[in-house]
Amino acid sequence: MDPIHQFQIKNLLTFGHIGGHEIAFTNSALFMLIALAVIAALTIGATASRALVPGRMQSVAEMSYEFVADTLRSTAGSEGMKFFPLVFSLFMFILAVNVIGIIPYTFTVTSHIIITVSLALLVFLTVIVYGFYKHGLHFFKLFVPSGIPIYILPLVTFIEVLSFLSRPVSHSVRLFANMLAGHITLKVFGGFVVMLGGLGFLGSLGAILPLGMTVALTALELLVAFLQAYVFAILTCIYLNDAIHPGH
Amino acid sequence: MDPVAAKYIGAGIACIGMGGAGVGVGTIFGHYLAAALRNPSAAQGQFGNLIFGFAVTEALGIFSLLIALLLLFAL
Repeated sequence: MDPIHQFQIKNLLTFGHIGGHEIAFTNSALFMLIALAVIAALTIGATASRALVPGRMQSVAEMSYEFVADTLRSTAGSEGMKFFPLVFSLFMFILAVNVIGIIPYTFTVTSHIIITVSLALLVFLTVIVYGFYKHGLHFFKLFVPSGIPIYILPLVTFIEVLSFLSRPVSHSVRLFANMLAGHITLKVFGGFVVMLGGLGFLGSLGAILPLGMTVALTALELLVAFLQAYVFAILTCIYLNDAIHPGH
Repeated sequence: MDPVAAKYIGAGIACIGMGGAGVGVGTIFGHYLAAALRNPSAAQGQFGNLIFGFAVTEALGIFSLLIALLLLFAL
């Protein structure tokens, strides 16, 4: 009945030890590979026929391409399109992993903060490296908004730097905490069903209520899974826009 | 006070912060809906801004949830 138990990482194959750390193929890695296979089947498999009038699966692949491309173009401009592979990979990976995680008895990869921190740091470092590569020291203009009176400029700059540095934290924790909280809530309501079901006939009747709640929460989780993937992608676009056009 | 009890009380207090995020998210979606009903043709163009505002507001509530989870399970 422990709602945290579902996030446990299990070793499926142990390869050995390096410096006291175990190197193993875990259930997390397995579900990442499954997500990769789903994405590859959608983007490579479904578009292999290159039909002029797309079929059902090819439409899904084309729509997801157009969706991400429109988001990126509207937030980062046409210059941002050189980052399309990054944003599309992030969006599709997080979406696939989140949606697979809703299926009962599966493992949600994004409910571990190490995964989301890695993705968020990838975006953060891309922004910093590309910003300095493209603009040099002019990248620091990002922290000094124009049109601010000189006497509050130090304070504003300080706040801008602080908000820039807290980006990877909020970027990663948002996805992680949403997934974690949603799945814990699902498990808690699932636990109510089992607890009431153990109370005999009247309890079983009462268990219908939390069961309906679990179904409704699963639908909500599906929305959250998509929304969080979209939020991660659009924040990536906005952060990349800062690297491409640092002046406010 | 018993440290375990203090831990649980602290987790409960930390969750109060999520109420503020609830108010903020409600304000964002409420105002978006009000504006979208006034000018439906402009609503679609502001969807990205809506989601961005939602994400930034929600992050603060998520931080307090994180503190609660840390108190309950990690510390």
